[in-house]
Amino acid sequence: MSDPVRWTGQMPSAPQQGRQPASQNGGGDGTNLADILERVLDKGIVIAGDVQINLLDIELLTIKLRLVVASVDRAKEMGIDWWERDPTLSSGHRELEEENQRLRDRLEALENGRAPAALDRGDDAERADEPDDEAGDDLEEDLEDEPDDAGDEPVDEEPEPAPARKRSSQQRSGQQRRRRTTR
Amino acid sequence: MSDTLTYVYAIARDVDPAAVAALQGVGGGAVRTLDAGGVLAVVSDVDRGEFEERALEERLEDLEWLAATARAHHHVVDTLGHDHLVAPLALATVYFDDDRVRAVLDEGRATFAAVLDQLSGRAEWGVKVYGRPGGAAAAATQEKPGSGAEYLRRRRQALRETDTALDDARDAAAEVDAAVTTLAAASRSHRLQDATLSGESDPMVLNRAYLVPIDRAADLREVVASLEGHPRIRVELTGPWVPYSFAQAPEGAAP
Repeated sequence: MSDPVRWTGQMPSAPQQGRQPASQNGGGDGTNLADILERVLDKGIVIAGDVQINLLDIELLTIKLRLVVASVDRAKEMGIDWWERDPTLSSGHRELEEENQRLRDRLEALENGRAPAALDRGDDAERADEPDDEAGDDLEEDLEDEPDDAGDEPVDEEPEPAPARKRSSQQRSGQQRRRRTTR
Repeated sequence: MSDTLTYVYAIARDVDPAAVAALQGVGGGAVRTLDAGGVLAVVSDVDRGEFEERALEERLEDLEWLAATARAHHHVVDTLGHDHLVAPLALATVYFDDDRVRAVLDEGRATFAAVLDQLSGRAEWGVKVYGRPGGAAAAATQEKPGSGAEYLRRRRQALRETDTALDDARDAAAEVDAAVTTLAAASRSHRLQDATLSGESDPMVLNRAYLVPIDRAADLREVVASLEGHPRIRVELTGPWVPYSFAQAPEGAAP
């Protein structure tokens, strides 16, 4: 950012720039992989070899790479985690969650003919039966730092395909906002 | 059938076999040259199991393998291009054996010679231009929004400013392109790199390769250096590269 001219390429014919011969950086990470890929995949003399291949188009590769690389961190970078820094929203959400949970517990208890008082606490095990609320609970997990909820959904730590992740984050935030305003 | 296939990295001229003796190629194979009189191929043996058709299709989808192979390919081409005239081939050009490669060289000798002539005394440089984010938009993302509505209002404003900034950046990039083009023998456009691929958060507005005579490299650097601190764009120069983007058979002369 501070250096507008960055020499990421190798310097075969320009030793005066302080770069060492390519043997030191050509095969290492001295050169941006994206720059290499756009050349070795898309450029260079193309002659038919004996082995027929379909090189992945650099654009397809980009899409693929995006799926692999992007994670919730990326979503955060893009600023769709604004709720995370807003304590009023986060705590408000938690109250809603708890209230929701209590209501669900009461409902279930009534349906089962049991005493509501016995179920006055949220029970995670119920979530599987409640798809609607699952999203909400997931949101809460997203809102909190992962380690707190690590036991619930360790998968969250893995880099996931971004589109799905992002979509669900936005969805969740939308849901959260709705809940907030109807309160 | 042997256990290996012959992987071709580049076509070159006047390469002493000793110059490649220490080079390791894709999969760790020793790099060697196949001379066919006038032009030669830079090759190494690769594992047949790894490069056979079906296996290769799968491997090319494996990003780690692809990255390692691309770097190995580039390493050979780049090291050799240091002080030889080379025309790189596209990644994973593979033949059953050395004789097949010699046959291809024989067949395409004139074409390959023409490609090499075109590249002689020239190097490829990459110029990438990124838009700089507007100052106001940056400030908006730093302060906490007081409410959801406030947040949305700021987002909208930031988006508008981003649009204007992008237009300005594109205009500025066109000027950079014009300036660099005057120094270049040829230029080719590359796709704008996605932020994921470039690792840059600023939007890329120009990604172009220029074939520049070696004695003009200093001028090129000067042009780019003069753009340092430009309010709208950030210019990144990479190179010199072995001229991948200009290693092309002339129209209608494909071997």
